Amino acid sequence: MTPDGMTPDGMTVVAVIAHALLGSGALLALLRLARGPSLLDRVVATDTLLVIISASLAVHASLERDPTVVPVLVVVSLLAFVGSVSIARYVGGMLLQSGTGDGRDVGLAGTGEQRGAEDREAPR
Amino acid sequence: MDVLVSAADVVALGCLLAGAFLCLTAGIGLVRFPDVLSRMHAGTKPQVLGVLLVMVGGAIRLHGLAATWMLLLVAVFQLITAPVSAHMISRVAYRRRHVRRDLLLVDELRETEGRDSVYQGDEPADAPPEHPGETLLESRREDRSVD
Repeated sequence: MTPDGMTPDGMTVVAVIAHALLGSGALLALLRLARGPSLLDRVVATDTLLVIISASLAVHASLERDPTVVPVLVVVSLLAFVGSVSIARYVGGMLLQSGTGDGRDVGLAGTGEQRGAEDREAPR
Repeated sequence: MDVLVSAADVVALGCLLAGAFLCLTAGIGLVRFPDVLSRMHAGTKPQVLGVLLVMVGGAIRLHGLAATWMLLLVAVFQLITAPVSAHMISRVAYRRRHVRRDLLLVDELRETEGRDSVYQGDEPADAPPEHPGETLLESRREDRSVD
């Protein structure tokens, strides 16, 4: 028995299992980050990836009984929040507001091709 | 005392393993689910419950009050910020129509009048148009006008 109260084998097994779970979760989040068809899918994947990173830092700290990386957790969770909110506001700024002032948005600005199509439709 | 320490360690390691398992489920859900809202549903599992479990495990294992208070700070901060960012992302996702509307059971924000019902812009490739028939007619008209 080590001073941890666990046999070293048990600790090693738990460490390997925990890191395997965290690592495969991070890999799947990275896969969605690479494939995600839209910007918001990537924002969600980045958020999850940062949470998984902070969870694995905490797992490492508590398996090693080493509180050195604990302040890093605060910084990582703060950065995850600020990043996802700022990207969400940036994407939301691309939306047009309707001119009637009722706060209802009218979707995206039309592309040049669409405006051309509307102009062609108009004379008929 | 030794038995107590051992029991606390077993509880802590169980919490850590459960939190790590939640991170894995988040990754699987992110890859398998069809649109932004359901991916966010899967991705925010470890953001609250997983982080809480891991922080409880770390607070049991780590010595010293400073580390425990900082872990508590991280947990409270996650609880406060997760709803805010999820709300903002889902609102923008709905407005930019990154949402599979055929999979929604209740759609209280749906307003079909105005230009919002026009099929345009930034949908994912598998998103159906809001009015399939009108969209089909419109695209046929555009094809004829090109010819």
